[in-house]
Amino acid sequence: MYPEDFKYTREHEWVKVEGDVGVVGITFYAQQALGDIVYVDLPKVGTRVEQGKPLGSVESVKAVSDIYAPVSGEVIEVNEALVEQPELLNRDPHGAAWLAKIRLNSPEELNNLLDAAQYQALVAEES
Amino acid sequence: MVEFGGWEMPVQYSGIIEEHLAVRRAVGLFDVSHMGEIEIRGPEALALVEYVTTNQASRLNAGQAQYSAMLYEHGGFVDDLLVHKVADDHYFLCVNASNQEKDYRHILRYNRFRAEVEFASDRYVQLALQGPRAEQTLRRLTATDLTAIRYYHFTDGEVCGVPARIARTGYTGEDGFELYVAPEHGVRVFRELLRAGEEFGIRPCGLGARNTLRLEAKMALYGHEIDASIRPPEADLNWIVKMDKGEFVGRAALERLAAAGVRRKLVGFEMLDRAIARDGYPVYVEGRAVGWVTSGGPAPFLNKNIGLCYLPVEFAEIGRTIQIGVRGRLAEAQTVRTPFYKRAKTNP
Repeated sequence: MYPEDFKYTREHEWVKVEGDVGVVGITFYAQQALGDIVYVDLPKVGTRVEQGKPLGSVESVKAVSDIYAPVSGEVIEVNEALVEQPELLNRDPHGAAWLAKIRLNSPEELNNLLDAAQYQALVAEES
Repeated sequence: MVEFGGWEMPVQYSGIIEEHLAVRRAVGLFDVSHMGEIEIRGPEALALVEYVTTNQASRLNAGQAQYSAMLYEHGGFVDDLLVHKVADDHYFLCVNASNQEKDYRHILRYNRFRAEVEFASDRYVQLALQGPRAEQTLRRLTATDLTAIRYYHFTDGEVCGVPARIARTGYTGEDGFELYVAPEHGVRVFRELLRAGEEFGIRPCGLGARNTLRLEAKMALYGHEIDASIRPPEADLNWIVKMDKGEFVGRAALERLAAAGVRRKLVGFEMLDRAIARDGYPVYVEGRAVGWVTSGGPAPFLNKNIGLCYLPVEFAEIGRTIQIGVRGRLAEAQTVRTPFYKRAKTNP
């Protein structure tokens, strides 16, 4: 369920590091807890984000939730497909529905994140 | 599951959008057993009901229901409710879950008629079967003639062989039934209804879809459109207030309000910008915060983002552009006619 090569936050975001770029998204658990996602607010390319600070937001039918940046750095690309198809987040949260790519400026921050087994345990506790 | 007024309730089963569309297009089933029931009996039952509610219960025939409200002396809402006339000396009230104890105390307080007032919530579960296929679904489980039950009427019949109060009422804007049965039969009736509706694509529905459905139909939710600080003319609910029926709790305050003039009004809006208004967001006109959103969100059937808000009457006309404060920015919306959704009229 939760890919081994991702790192996770306690707020249910994931990041997959490829070189000096982190691909960021929300987890399967997050989309399931939110329900039908109908709106995604993405950051602008060029925005500098900080680990643990808001990156954007997603809205389900029921409520709005902040997305927190799992890593600090500069947003170099966002997934524009989500603007027209926010429901992708329900269908493929760990793949096609990535949210943004961030050029990492402090890779050591990755040590603050959970690995797949730790995240799995967190989810088991919360559900 | 979420806690709601002391009840563990599912927000959704298969998904709010899927459940919402099932009710609009076919049929959905809600367990709304959290709703409260209060029974009023005796020769003075009508006198008490007339005194504590705003609509005219004396106009009801046995087997008829009406939407009504209970007010404080100051004219604000204690609750909104359905009043069912079972017999000349017996009225059955369905009230909101989170208000039921307060409602019961309120009724007792004004019971100078010495009618018998029973807090009956523990004796009923309530299942709401809603949607254009509701009648066909229920028909399979009852010998009661459903076609004889018109909209806002009810009958004491049976479902799955057990006694049931079958009311053609609902909170979704669709045709449908609200069934009151004894708790020990609740689970079985719920399961049987799901089975009976299978071929129509029935979905069990949670609180989430209940909220989006009632919002599209512009039905009030206590704690949002109405509460102790809101009075019926402000909430666009003058139609359930019968000022000429005689004395009732809150009447004097409403007379004073009518003389002084209503200052704010509940208005529907649609988002023009790509943004979703949520409950409590501020509403701006010409840069000034002048009101607040009472309910807002996506309307799954209409495929728009809609909401209800209070606005000063001078800004409440249809077609006005307003701004909603959505998480630190202003998003454009336009006031529109309500209800947002109205089903095509059919037989019942």
